[in-house]
Amino acid sequence: MPIRFDNVTYAYPAEESDLVAVREVSLTIEDGSFVCICGENGSGKSTLAKLMNGLLQPTVGVVTVDGKTTATEEEKELFAIRQKVGMVFQNPDNQMVASIIEDEIAFGPENLGVPREEIGERITYALEAVGMSEHRKHTPYKLSGGQKQRIAIAAVLAMRPEVLVLDESTAMLDPRGRAEVLKVAEDLHRQGITVVLITHFMEEAARADRVVVMKDGRVVMDGAPEEIFRDREAIAKYDLELPVADALAASLVEAGLPLEDKIYGESALAEAICRSK
Amino acid sequence: MSIEIKDLSYVYSPGTPYACTALDKVSLTVDEGDFVGIIGKTGSGKSTFIQHLNALIRLQSGSLKVFGIDLSAKKPDLKKLRGTVGMVMQYPEYQLFDETVEKDVSYGPKNLGLSEEEIKGRVREAIGLVGLDYDEVKDRSPFELSGGQKRRVAIAGVIAMKPRVLVLDEPTAGLDPRGKREILSLVHKLKETSSPTVLIISHDMDAVAEHCNKVALFSKGKIASVGSPREIFYDDALLNETEMDRPAVVRIVKEMEQRGVILPERPVTRAEFVAAVKRWRDA
Repeated sequence: MPIRFDNVTYAYPAEESDLVAVREVSLTIEDGSFVCICGENGSGKSTLAKLMNGLLQPTVGVVTVDGKTTATEEEKELFAIRQKVGMVFQNPDNQMVASIIEDEIAFGPENLGVPREEIGERITYALEAVGMSEHRKHTPYKLSGGQKQRIAIAAVLAMRPEVLVLDESTAMLDPRGRAEVLKVAEDLHRQGITVVLITHFMEEAARADRVVVMKDGRVVMDGAPEEIFRDREAIAKYDLELPVADALAASLVEAGLPLEDKIYGESALAEAICRSK
Repeated sequence: MSIEIKDLSYVYSPGTPYACTALDKVSLTVDEGDFVGIIGKTGSGKSTFIQHLNALIRLQSGSLKVFGIDLSAKKPDLKKLRGTVGMVMQYPEYQLFDETVEKDVSYGPKNLGLSEEEIKGRVREAIGLVGLDYDEVKDRSPFELSGGQKRRVAIAGVIAMKPRVLVLDEPTAGLDPRGKREILSLVHKLKETSSPTVLIISHDMDAVAEHCNKVALFSKGKIASVGSPREIFYDDALLNETEMDRPAVVRIVKEMEQRGVILPERPVTRAEFVAAVKRWRDA
């Protein structure tokens, strides 16, 4: 059930701003992939995400989910698309609607008209998937940021989506919270869910199997993380940043260490340095 | 010594069933010229702590002196305090409120009771310091600027007060890599030019290791330890107990140690790491 962008341009309505946020993007998100979208603030990443499930509809071009266009007037079709492509946003506090976690998770499936018994099963599944089962009867307000985002993900999972889009969902979290959310995303990916992760954290991008880089609304790079991070000129040009280990590797090469011209993770770099003497 | 905090405790909603101890006998001394990193898990008391420094939260128990202003006094000089301690809150761009950038940045200095001329000069200087073009932005609405620009306008409003101490609560949260670099280099510039003492709350251990000379690690409302980045980030027992992450440099050094290679002088910054690797190879 790939998501396809075919020559998509999106301009915000003139009364809001005259910004053209996405320009002539053609892109396919393959089933079961883990795609990371990077790029500086204002490069169009979030707009691209919102085009994926019809929250925004293209000004020019077509976005299709499972072959069906998101530019439909039919509410039923739009609901079907949003059920398939679930989104979690940046601020966990803006996404909670219920005062008990299981009600929060039930909200989506109830709106879909899922029968009562099945809703119970879905809640069990969704909370287990994000490791929050013991919080089922609690209020979401006292949770940490990372836990709240896991609940937000569970609420999406209860819709049985095929794609999970995380729009800077780790940006406001502390390192532990970020690690928790990322682990959940990776677990879900292993279970076959397609994950689209929008982030400024290059360490997160390095764990995806594909990185899409945006600049001024256009896709300017698209490839495996190793390919992207290897292109030092592009990293500078598009205001990205190397993960710390790779920035260190570059400095060590400059300092005359015989390291290979490749992308190291932290462990591989430690090993390569140890072997260099 | 510029800031002296002794046995500071704070309870939210005291005397009610919801009473919650946020700070428990916290003591810390900050010297003029320090760049202090305040770290700790979410909920460890960091923000409650720094809000005491310019009396956004009033002292409940303990003592707090900031450049001679005694906050345990009956009527501390709050106006002077707020001119001394500049506070940049989390997501400060949400606090912009005025019609134009110039008016917004003028708000603080106006409250200090300065002359029109002095205010104008300071506003122009502050907007320039944060890297914006005064003539270009002064009459624009702060709300039509980009996220990174808004944050810089908010910081300009604080530095127009010419504080001796700059306190920043996660100033780089939510920014892209370039935005982060720009804000951190701005903080350095301010430290060198106008506000020699800086306290920064951060979850970015790489940034703390790179920039701070002193680290205060908060855990469960207490300061679990204060020390140099080297002392804190190589204290395994402390980091495990307080559930803190290490900077990437330290993680790599640890991996090398597991392979039997001990680098000289335990580096914490990137430059120290490269130098240490070179020394080890040359030895």
